[in-house]
Amino acid sequence: MNICGVNIEETFAEAFKMWGCRLIITAANERWALNAARAATGFGTSIIGCGCEAGIGKRVSPETTPDGRPGIEVLFFTTSKKFIEPLLLARIGQCIMTSPTSACFNGLVSEKTVDVGGKLRYFGDGFQSSKLIGNKRFWRIPVMDGEFLIEESFGMQKAIGGGNFLVLAKTQSAALEACEAAVSVMKDVPDIIMPFPGGIVRSGSKTSSIYKTMNASTNTAYCPTLRQQVDSDLPDNVNSVMEIVIDGLTEQAISLAMYQGIKAACRPGVVSISAGNYGGSLGQFHFHLQQIMDREGRCA
Amino acid sequence: MAADTNNCVTLDLKTDSTLPVEADSISPDLFAGLSNREIKDLPLFYGRRRMTLGDLFHVKGEKSDRIIINGNLDHYKRIGQAMTCGEILINGNAGMHTGAYMSGGSILIKGDARDWLGAHMKGGFIRLSGNAANYTGAAYVGEKRGANHGTILIQGSAGNETGARMRRGLIVVMKDTGDFTGANLIAGTIIVLGRLGGMPGPGNKRGSIVALGEVSRLLPTYSSQCFFVPVFLSLYKSLFKEWGLDLAAEKLTGCFQRFAGDINTVGKGEILIYDKHQ
Repeated sequence: MNICGVNIEETFAEAFKMWGCRLIITAANERWALNAARAATGFGTSIIGCGCEAGIGKRVSPETTPDGRPGIEVLFFTTSKKFIEPLLLARIGQCIMTSPTSACFNGLVSEKTVDVGGKLRYFGDGFQSSKLIGNKRFWRIPVMDGEFLIEESFGMQKAIGGGNFLVLAKTQSAALEACEAAVSVMKDVPDIIMPFPGGIVRSGSKTSSIYKTMNASTNTAYCPTLRQQVDSDLPDNVNSVMEIVIDGLTEQAISLAMYQGIKAACRPGVVSISAGNYGGSLGQFHFHLQQIMDREGRCA
Repeated sequence: MAADTNNCVTLDLKTDSTLPVEADSISPDLFAGLSNREIKDLPLFYGRRRMTLGDLFHVKGEKSDRIIINGNLDHYKRIGQAMTCGEILINGNAGMHTGAYMSGGSILIKGDARDWLGAHMKGGFIRLSGNAANYTGAAYVGEKRGANHGTILIQGSAGNETGARMRRGLIVVMKDTGDFTGANLIAGTIIVLGRLGGMPGPGNKRGSIVALGEVSRLLPTYSSQCFFVPVFLSLYKSLFKEWGLDLAAEKLTGCFQRFAGDINTVGKGEILIYDKHQ
């Protein structure tokens, strides 16, 4: 398959089952909602070293946030539902509650919930109070700038992590420009995040290492500096590779994001689009690039 | 509830009476499964006399959980008591204990209501276009807890001890309240758009009394804490807009002076007074 002169390789991205949740952070203005969101999703690039993958979703207008203030949606993904509670307790407690004027609400309606506000309330040292509004309970925790308001329960659901595609380009600048173009359109796709800095990762990994203490190491097959030293997967004219990793609440959301991203990344200087997989033996979800471009293209 | 008479049971009062009538059989839960004849045969106590619904009302319709009642029911007590679903529209005044112990459904009263409207309410919605007498959403004498869940909207004024011993839920009064609003409030929220009556919240444990208008004398067992923006009030904003209270909805996002009390009890209750100067 060829799109605008860029080869779409016949391969697939291998993704894994994760658990995801969505928060809505509000504040007195968007700047402070964003500050809280950035802090909460910081150091959340890869499950390998961060314990979770996190990212900022869409902006939520005051008309649609629970408290009528500007909001930011953030998504968290982790490998097991038992990790969600400690993850949210730490991230909300240390990054959102600490941020001036902030409040935090559940953004995912799900049968499976985790009690977060009900535990963070103890920070109130006995002066916390609750409000039951409709069928939702909220906790008011006194803090130095007034009150921190947090919903008691947060929904979680099965999700998918590790959707990806690789941009193989002639130069580093061409790879970066193509990835930037992809990220700028993918960020509008709902229910997904791209957890790496600016949505792009340049140090893709493989799941083996010559060192016993390492369970992941650099993706040598795609390192241009090692083209002749390893079993390289790089075409001759490729000198830089960058990857976009996608976590999503649904398979459809990831497919759509990949389609949008690949389409945007097919531009001059890009040689081909590939994807990271482990031969299909590890991940439950396989996102075949050519099928996605065919299927989603027809839908579009 | 629209005044759609299709698929509902309509009760037209035959004659006014000053004798108290125990009308707890007027309930959507009961009407939903009964034929017209069976509805007419439902018992009522008219003073000491046992009568039937058909003796006091012209009954139209059957097998519906939507009830329209036409007439002034000042002396008809316990309408919609313990109802769990359906709708009641009262075109006229409602007697004591209307909606007491209800846990679901809605009651719309186009008139005034007597004492104990929504007493011990456990859920559902009551909307009153006129004034409410005393003890709205309160607990009966001797009982520890009043309304627990549910919402009461009073478009007129409310009498004394509105929301007394309320456990949870929301009472909104668009005009004034009488004395001792939120007496012995356990939790729950009372929002008054008009003048908050004198000495609100005696014995308030953890409840919130919110004054968007003028405030009468506060008890000395409350102390001013600060001026701040209570974000939780914004959560009621959409509800207020749904009720057409746009001006009051905007006030909910404003600055309030917080008084904490009542220190005669646990002292974790609050009176929030809208600060119109900020």
